[in-house]
Amino acid sequence: MTNLLVMLGFFIASFFIGYILISRIPSLLHTPLMSMTNAVSGVTILGAMLLFTISGTATENIFGSLAIVAATFNVVGGFAITDRMLGLFKGKSKKENF
Amino acid sequence: MTLIIDFLVISGLILGIWLFSEPRKARFGNFAAAFSLFCAFVLILYRYQIINVNTVAISLMFGAIVGYVVARSVNMNQIPAMVAIQNGAGGAAAFLVSFVELTRADQSLNSVTAISGIIGLAVGAFTFSGSMVAGAKLANKMRQSPQTLSNHNFLVLVTIWGMFAACATSFHVSSESAFYLHLVQIVLSCLLGILFSIRIGGADMPVLISFLNSMTGMAAALCGMVLSNRLLIAFGAIVASSGYILTYMMCKAMNRNIIKVFIPDSQPSQPITQSTTVVSSEKIAKDSKLPDSILEPEAEGNNEVDNVVSAAEPVEPAICVDPLADAAKALLKAKSVIVIPGYGMALAKAQFKVLELASILTKRGASVKYAIHPVAGRMPGHMNVILAEAEVDYDDLIEMEDVNSLFSDTDVAMVIGACDVVNSAAIEVEGTPISGMPILLAHEAKQIIVCNFDDKPGYSGVPNPLYKNNKTIMLQGDAKATVTDLIARLN
Repeated sequence: MTNLLVMLGFFIASFFIGYILISRIPSLLHTPLMSMTNAVSGVTILGAMLLFTISGTATENIFGSLAIVAATFNVVGGFAITDRMLGLFKGKSKKENF
Repeated sequence: MTLIIDFLVISGLILGIWLFSEPRKARFGNFAAAFSLFCAFVLILYRYQIINVNTVAISLMFGAIVGYVVARSVNMNQIPAMVAIQNGAGGAAAFLVSFVELTRADQSLNSVTAISGIIGLAVGAFTFSGSMVAGAKLANKMRQSPQTLSNHNFLVLVTIWGMFAACATSFHVSSESAFYLHLVQIVLSCLLGILFSIRIGGADMPVLISFLNSMTGMAAALCGMVLSNRLLIAFGAIVASSGYILTYMMCKAMNRNIIKVFIPDSQPSQPITQSTTVVSSEKIAKDSKLPDSILEPEAEGNNEVDNVVSAAEPVEPAICVDPLADAAKALLKAKSVIVIPGYGMALAKAQFKVLELASILTKRGASVKYAIHPVAGRMPGHMNVILAEAEVDYDDLIEMEDVNSLFSDTDVAMVIGACDVVNSAAIEVEGTPISGMPILLAHEAKQIIVCNFDDKPGYSGVPNPLYKNNKTIMLQGDAKATVTDLIARLN
């Protein structure tokens, strides 16, 4: 029971920290922000890895590796595309360097 | 000790998000977030013994290579679709993890983990199929308009009921039958995701995509509950709150209730929009006494709405013979120009030409700014990325609250592929679907140039009085071609 409370506490605390931080972000960066948090949601890759910490049946392994493929696609693709997008944003000062 | 390390990793992500408050630092912020996720990954490897290293390594390599190659190859117009598809992949991973955990034969789950697992399964599968439908719509592989099946709400209710039934039964049966019940639950959740997404379309896409983003975060956090993993819970919760805030902001920017966006009227939408538009256009014609319209010769009049407007007020013959010349003249005289981009500009890939036009005007001493409506485009902040691709300075991109006071002192407001975000019916006419929605006050500018494909109403179905304003010069046709012609005239 305490375990559940600790986990719920973690959830609520993180949710509020996220809430405070994200409210400050200018709408200029909402697309990259969404793309970045989208990549972070691929954090299920940790869960997928944990599936392989105990030996499982063949079906379990197939589902597990599918989960890893999907999650890595999400994480790597998400961060790569965000980086590309942010590389496009140029302000006045940056342009003068060219 | 482990708690401290976990906190450090989470604060890496928090730092990453914090850096997003300034465009200059955002790229480093993205790197910080990626790095903290990588640290979490390494921690898992360090703390647990991985069995089946080969399978894991191959899966990781495969996912990473495909993810990277795809992310490198898409262009900026495909970003919304890409984000939706990646989001779907995240959802798929979440429901697969929950599924394996729930159905493990040699493990008895306590009720907390079982319940979070079942919710995680449903949320993950729902996000997966919902995002895939959204992705297909955004990539134009599917019609963007809302698709409502007959008895749509009934089907949704049946699906939800079936899911609950499958969940409840799965607690009371042998583990083998529970396996199949969970499969049924996945199928039903996927079906629900499809039913949910297909009837949301066009301009409501930013809300849908933010909502789905929030749901994957939720699914990841639920996975964390199942596995009792703090890092998963924290990361998932942060994503969930981010998606939640964006959903709320998008709804506010459209002055719409989230429930109204997601559960539109159940009757087939066509006749409803038709009748409301007719009523509202009559209203506009009567209430606001529109000035004589400048009708394009090619106005086809095949639209019922057009007929009503023409019937309500006698239309004078086209006054303006060469709108392009008028537009060029207005732009040459202008000291200040505000460009209002919309999804049409992205569709026509006109952003590069728009920048070319803007730089000509700037060289002539005019100031050119860009007014960005929060819901312009197909995802939050979409227009900013499209314009950034054309190398527009982000200092020139101005948000709605700041730009609206500038319009009355502006010589030319140039609308490019946008309709509902400048639809003054939203503030002038009561009872339309967009009434009360905050808009960009383009009609306050001294002259308005509209480069839209046609003069039909936008996604909301409400005719735009701006088109009939006597300050407005309508340049119909493909935005890229129109802007190119304008540039030729200016030279």
